Amino acid sequence: MAEAKGPLRGVRVLDLTRVWSGPLCTRILADFGAEVIKVEHRASRGPAAVPASYARASGFYPQGEPGQRPWNRHGFFNEMNRNKLSLTLDLACPEGRGLFLRLVAISDAVVENFSPRVLPNLGLDYGRLRQAREDIVLVSLPAYGLEGPYRQRVAYGTNLETEAGLTALMGYADGRPQRLGAAITDPIAGVMGAAATVLALLRRRQTGQGAHVEVSQLGAAVNFVGQALLALQLLGTAPAPLGNRHPWRAPQGCYPCRGHDRWLALSVGDDRQWEGLCAALGRPDLARDARFATFLGRWQHQDELDAIIVGWTRGLDAHEAMQALQQAGVPAAAVLDGADLARDEHLHARRFYVSLRHPDAGTHSYPGQPIRLGRTPATFRSDAPALGEHNRYVLQGLLGLSEEELERLEAAGIIGQRPP
Amino acid sequence: MTALPLAQLRALEVGGGPAAAFCGRLLALYGAQVVRVEPPQGDPLRRAEAPSPGQSGPLFLYLNAGKLGITLDLDRADGVHLFRRLAAQADLVVEDLGPGEMDRRGLGYPSLAALNGGLVYVAISPFGEEGPYAGFRACDLVLYALGGYMYITGEEEREPLQGPPYLPSYLAGAYAFVGALLALWHRHSGGGGQKVEVTELESLAASHQWTQTLFNYSGTVQRRQGNRYYFSHPNSVYACRDGYLSLSVATEDQFERLCLLLGRPELRQDPRFASNAARCAHAQALDEAIAPWFLARSRQEAVAAAQELRIPAAPVLSLPEVLAHPHLEEQGFWQEVAGPQGLLRLPGPPFRLGAPPGPLAPAPALGQHNDEVYGRWLGLSPRQRQRLHQAGVI
Repeated sequence: MAEAKGPLRGVRVLDLTRVWSGPLCTRILADFGAEVIKVEHRASRGPAAVPASYARASGFYPQGEPGQRPWNRHGFFNEMNRNKLSLTLDLACPEGRGLFLRLVAISDAVVENFSPRVLPNLGLDYGRLRQAREDIVLVSLPAYGLEGPYRQRVAYGTNLETEAGLTALMGYADGRPQRLGAAITDPIAGVMGAAATVLALLRRRQTGQGAHVEVSQLGAAVNFVGQALLALQLLGTAPAPLGNRHPWRAPQGCYPCRGHDRWLALSVGDDRQWEGLCAALGRPDLARDARFATFLGRWQHQDELDAIIVGWTRGLDAHEAMQALQQAGVPAAAVLDGADLARDEHLHARRFYVSLRHPDAGTHSYPGQPIRLGRTPATFRSDAPALGEHNRYVLQGLLGLSEEELERLEAAGIIGQRPP
Repeated sequence: MTALPLAQLRALEVGGGPAAAFCGRLLALYGAQVVRVEPPQGDPLRRAEAPSPGQSGPLFLYLNAGKLGITLDLDRADGVHLFRRLAAQADLVVEDLGPGEMDRRGLGYPSLAALNGGLVYVAISPFGEEGPYAGFRACDLVLYALGGYMYITGEEEREPLQGPPYLPSYLAGAYAFVGALLALWHRHSGGGGQKVEVTELESLAASHQWTQTLFNYSGTVQRRQGNRYYFSHPNSVYACRDGYLSLSVATEDQFERLCLLLGRPELRQDPRFASNAARCAHAQALDEAIAPWFLARSRQEAVAAAQELRIPAAPVLSLPEVLAHPHLEEQGFWQEVAGPQGLLRLPGPPFRLGAPPGPLAPAPALGQHNDEVYGRWLGLSPRQRQRLHQAGVI
């Protein structure tokens, strides 16, 4: 791996996280130069064999093929874990725990997103970590927090989204709940976890003290509905979701375009944008129509306006319609699907996507880092590590274990480069 | 108890939308003195959702609690000069006025960095300063559409659907907060200040679970599928007697326990439901089999019973229910702030570090801290301040 650069160079993080929120958190730390060591159980990436039918149907594997080492070829894992190292370790056995604690002694932070009972059950709670290193920073991303009546509950982002009030603020205008297409509370918690880690390290510099910081995923998500909770208290009502419409912008909606499942989103926020829309539609008569002259008039006549707009969009390519409207000063966008998003010319022009080569998965493009630092930018040094790829670097290089000890650990199944 | 970690820092916030204000809110929650700089007539955020003209709306009140507020006309030379003096002694500037707006006034990063080499300058915009969409107009709907979230959200046979209001901006504000902390860390390590740039579009585009990677790996384009989740089932929303709950079964163990919970062990043996892939392929049949159990129970009963067996489930809550959430209550999650009719509840910090959160000062009234900031920070005399006021600069 190329030498780390970035503001966090020299910071070592032990990463016990799985799935999305935690790996996104440590991905930010790794992109900015921290040495992030994923500590994984050999079974954590799934079984040694994946049925070809699953690989094909799920779409997670390159060209739908599980390949010889499917555990190193999963797109989601590889997307979330670039720039990190992989150490396999079985924390359920005393020897694995002992090695982990020796690593804690030479690390700055540990990040985990287990449910709250897991680390204490392993005998690896904050107090034990502090014995290994007095000023260690432990960052936990539990679903509900480490205290409170629901602390033992299990939930994924797809559950927390509905409990945090995010679902109450969206949906078709028929009263039925509708979740987002991806569990947004995971990245919310992940970003907050990265903030918590850097802030705790900053504080350690100031005070010499470590910390156990908990980011409750529910609490973090509730921060994203604060304005609505305040509106409820001030006005006494919570507005019902309006589908794609908006309480003070009209017309606003999502309109079908030429092609299968192609759509245009547009939104008129003031009189100037309304005039721009009329001009783009080639309908100066609408701009003179008294019914649509004010926001209130346009809001009251949304159904009519929607029908007029659909008449225009239906025959148009979504991207062409977007360009025409934006040139007229109207907020408008083609509704990008995954292929459009992966190929988007703006994101590519800004070099948002990064191409990384993985020995088992091949070369692919991945979303890069939205945090752009002028002088100490993120770097993309390597794709996700293969399972146990850095066992030797960590155990021999950092902890000084001998070749014989490594062989014994491997024979005992405590480390390895294949799932059991 | 130690002080909050950012207690020594001063930040100036110049905002056009919720993104900079959300970033500033996070800085303030961890101790920074954040000064929101508004034009003399107040900024657009203050008027958003305002119940009546002249009042401040909930968006402004939420995002700016705990901050100081000053007025300053950045379209006048005197105002620009004052801002430069403030920036000379600030640690951070956070702005989301849009590309070029600060530069045009001589307040862009290069000019401020010449005054204050340690300054961390955070710029948030929808699309950034460069690229084909740089001049595009944005709003929530447009960001959800271009950020790839809209296409995957909603029912398969209906139009794609936008998400909750302001979320794209808040998310960008949260990424920007991390960027600010990384820049402060670098400064603390002996480096100087720098510019941090975050866009709302890239914040959303980097917050997909696998939308782009599915396409890049296998050409798969993820479709929207109502409340079902991509390649995991039963992971959906189910109707209960008194509302809905979200159920997320992701592993074989969890599905086995779900069959136990429902008293339907035969589902476990059904080849249509024998694996996650099979359950996804027969999602409709599975939903029909399990829906009646939920419909016969209240959300609370069903969630409690599922949790008893460690099956991930949570209620779909209304906003009043979120405010009265028993777990958040017990945790002391809420932060109180004085409002016109008594105490109001704001979400507490996303994590705690240092002193426990006390009550927050309410969002500043227009120009409320002019005397404090111009007097104490810049040392302007009452006469000088009065002159600026009369000239309409503050």
